[in-house]
Amino acid sequence: MNVPRQRTETLLKVDGLVKHFPIHKGLLRRQVGAVRAVDGLSFEVRAGETLGVVGESGCGKSTMGRLVTRLLEPTGGSVEFEGRDISHLSVGAMRPLRRDIQMIFQDPYSSLNPRHTVGTIVGAPFRLQGITPEGGVKREVQRLLELVGLNPEHYNRYPHEFSGGQRQRIGIARALALKPRLVVADEPVSALDVSIQAQVVNLLDDLQDELGLTYVIIAHDLSVIRHVSDRIAVMYLGKVVELADRQALYDKPMHPYTKALLSAVPVPDPKRRAKRERILLKGDVPSPISPPAGCRFHTRCWKATEVCRQQEPPLAALETGHRVACHHPENAPQDKAS
Amino acid sequence: MFAYIVRRLFAVIVMLLVVTLVTFGIFFAIPKLTGTDPASLYVGKQADPATIEGIRQKLGLGQPILEQFWHFVTGIFAGRDYTGGGTSDHCPAPCFGYSFRTEQAVWPVLTDRLPVTLSLAGGACVIWLLAGVSTGVVSALKRGTRIDRAAMVTALAGVSLPIYFTALLALAVFNNQLGWTKAEYTPFGEDPGAWFSGLVLPWITLAFLYAAMYARLTRATMLEVLGEDYIRTARAKGLTERVVIGKHAMRSTMTPVLTILGMDLGALVGGAILTETAFNLPGLGQAAVTAISNRDLPLILGVVLIAATAVVLANLVVDLLYAVIDPRVRLS
Amino acid sequence: MTTPVTGAAAPAATAYLDVRDLRVHFPTDDGLVKSVDGLSFQLAKGRTLGIVGESGSGKSVSSLGIMGLHTVGQYGRRKARISGEIHFDGKELLTADPEEVRRLRGREMAMIFQDPLSAMHPYFSVGHQIAEAYRIHHDADKKTARKRAVEMLDRVGIPQADRRVDDYPHQFSGGMRQRAMIAMALVNNPSLLIADEPTTALDVTVQAQILDLIRDLQKEYGSAVIIITHDLGVVAELADDILVMYAGRCIERGPAEQVFYHPQHPYTWGLLGSMPRIDRAQTERLIPVKGSPPSLINVPAGCAFNPRCPYADKPEGGLTRTRRPELAPVPGQENHHAACHLPPGERTRIWTEEIAPKL
Repeated sequence: MNVPRQRTETLLKVDGLVKHFPIHKGLLRRQVGAVRAVDGLSFEVRAGETLGVVGESGCGKSTMGRLVTRLLEPTGGSVEFEGRDISHLSVGAMRPLRRDIQMIFQDPYSSLNPRHTVGTIVGAPFRLQGITPEGGVKREVQRLLELVGLNPEHYNRYPHEFSGGQRQRIGIARALALKPRLVVADEPVSALDVSIQAQVVNLLDDLQDELGLTYVIIAHDLSVIRHVSDRIAVMYLGKVVELADRQALYDKPMHPYTKALLSAVPVPDPKRRAKRERILLKGDVPSPISPPAGCRFHTRCWKATEVCRQQEPPLAALETGHRVACHHPENAPQDKAS
Repeated sequence: MFAYIVRRLFAVIVMLLVVTLVTFGIFFAIPKLTGTDPASLYVGKQADPATIEGIRQKLGLGQPILEQFWHFVTGIFAGRDYTGGGTSDHCPAPCFGYSFRTEQAVWPVLTDRLPVTLSLAGGACVIWLLAGVSTGVVSALKRGTRIDRAAMVTALAGVSLPIYFTALLALAVFNNQLGWTKAEYTPFGEDPGAWFSGLVLPWITLAFLYAAMYARLTRATMLEVLGEDYIRTARAKGLTERVVIGKHAMRSTMTPVLTILGMDLGALVGGAILTETAFNLPGLGQAAVTAISNRDLPLILGVVLIAATAVVLANLVVDLLYAVIDPRVRLS
Repeated sequence: MTTPVTGAAAPAATAYLDVRDLRVHFPTDDGLVKSVDGLSFQLAKGRTLGIVGESGSGKSVSSLGIMGLHTVGQYGRRKARISGEIHFDGKELLTADPEEVRRLRGREMAMIFQDPLSAMHPYFSVGHQIAEAYRIHHDADKKTARKRAVEMLDRVGIPQADRRVDDYPHQFSGGMRQRAMIAMALVNNPSLLIADEPTTALDVTVQAQILDLIRDLQKEYGSAVIIITHDLGVVAELADDILVMYAGRCIERGPAEQVFYHPQHPYTWGLLGSMPRIDRAQTERLIPVKGSPPSLINVPAGCAFNPRCPYADKPEGGLTRTRRPELAPVPGQENHHAACHLPPGERTRIWTEEIAPKL
């Protein structure tokens, strides 16, 4: 994951992606508004890389994950997988694609059916797709269990017999059963204990190297995101505000929001607490039902000016591979800073 | 909130219309399919064909079902005239038709019997709430102890013993052996004392069953609530146990109890058939039993409608109470 | 060599809070759960102690034990078995009259919980819940208590506190709810504040706000603070001293800087190696602790960490699997204790040569 990859083939391309959840109210249940969970996202994921998506709760990152895996249908915009528009494919038409696109969920406790054995859970994708792997389902499932570091003999056990970290491994084994090309992981380690988190992060890392997987990893933890990602998208209120290579983003964040996020991360170094400059954001994230006009971050931004209240900044490339949506970017190349 | 109430009331009306239509359909269409003539039910088996035909004309039983339904519904709101066989009878506004058996108008029969059922349900309700909820709370607080187990065994008995058994047992002991009570209904307006002593046994018998169910429900809910984080917070604030249980825990425990209470009361207004029969109380339930055995279609329809209205309205009241209790419902 | 520090050998109760050999055991159908099994520490006024551990390490259970919340309201037969001593402001709490402890609770010692949404009663307004906490310990009428609630909400940074005071918890955002929880805990100016994972449910920017708030309030009121968390970053922000718990026991404790820069226990190394850090250059791989935390019913014999410890076989004669290591002072480091069979010199060598360079 940490070796810069040379391949530039685009696996997933998202363009102007929008998802609004309507709100109904009043006597006649008329639609009075919408939760604008995802409101115009454009990015691409290259084959073999890991795109990290980071943001606070309510920024739409989980909705984004469900849109690109087509667990939700977008309200607008398009999702292209390997050059094919899958934005509005029916459930039936999506089925063959489910082999290639898989998802790992946050909660290892509720995402596994407690009444099914591990063998049934991990073998389910084969049954659903009507595939018999070489050597039979059981052997393949046992191979997968071994791959994710579980004992293959635990084939007949139930999820409650496993710890949280082991359950997350089961979820990973299930996602990998059909040798997917793209794996979208929504907060894959946030429900786990610190010592277990590291095990799962390393496992994801190894599996990527071994199987050539492409990851979209969604998380709120900036330290984890930095560790796993090649490129990182920062989301705020349904929009990508900054998209850059890991190094560039953490060393020279351009968007004030990214800068504030990074400065807020608690660091396990007691000496630094006296020295560090922390940017404290005022207040809370505004409601995605009526996001602020202009730049959505202007209500909490210390650099906001009139133009921020009026005009929405486009996501523009200020440096090669470093896109940011801000009228007053930090660390910007001199000629482009305004 | 206002829009919500209006919407709900509208739903109530639609619901009642559907219930009426279904009941109407079942009771009027089935005799037709099986070849029984409702008109002959009305006048008796020995009547001559001409009389039967006259009745059919007068009651409009020859008309298509939907037309009959229309007349029935408008009759409820506007009253109805029965003309035929040379006579004409006016049935005033809430007109539910005439009993096939007694030829009395149905509505006065219902209004006669409703107070009996309401007395029974209301009194029993007070008893079972007091007994059931307090037993449930004590059981929850003393969970696993002998008190808890004794209470829950009693509750199990209450739930599983049939009313006609407990009713007869109560009658045999308190009425016949001890002579403490009187097995007779006296309207409250006539003699409150007699009203009370006549109803005490039915109340207790009926309440025993419900108290048992409420004790179990309260216990389970209370145990769940006691495990909530906000109860821990209340204790961490240094509140006394009396406030923690009596205020914080009870408030949450009563929510599901109220829900069930609304539905139970609604259902009971339709008639506690077994209790009314066992204690010979002239309530709606008893009326329903007689009407069914007599195949007295208009009376059955009347009772069903009253019962359905009670259930639907009780549900509405519960939902509104929910909004009063729970700010999350009220304010979203 | 070193002498083990046991409860009995600890200094006399001069500290504001002095916990000695605290044990909290819960009888269950599967066996006795030893959630806390011999925990001792001291805390002075104006100081902050960070208790670090993973789920099931006993960190929350011990704090509830200090508050007396394992004994109150436990009506059934399955009562927690608690032993040891808790000296708070010179008074022993475990043997004290429960009514007396109740009067301390919320007034002298207060607690902030992890999830402010479930920790506040959904049916009562925020202001009511704060005022209630005030009135139980003060002879104040409703109006005064309400004014106090508004004042506190204002102090913890709720905008338009006089209007928001009548809101219900669900109308607040997560960060505001946690502020309201803090207002409720501080309404009686407690001298001990226990914060149990106060920021775990919050976003990182809000977390920073709340940590700042706790720090400011501590300065203002001079209270003793215990902050319980699994996040080493959070303790590094706040704590003067750190106590690392594993399987119900303290395995290392000392001043924050010593624990972070010269950690002595392999489990502490594991925690440090498990977390990716944005303040350092990117590491190739994390160094996780293998395996999972132990069952508290069958805690491994010897050192509870031995099945997961990469150095379990270093001490000779299988010592780690037979004898439980006691907390012992780390030579040359004041107030720094660790419970490990590895010789101190060896530990320092492993840390400086093998672990630290990889972090």
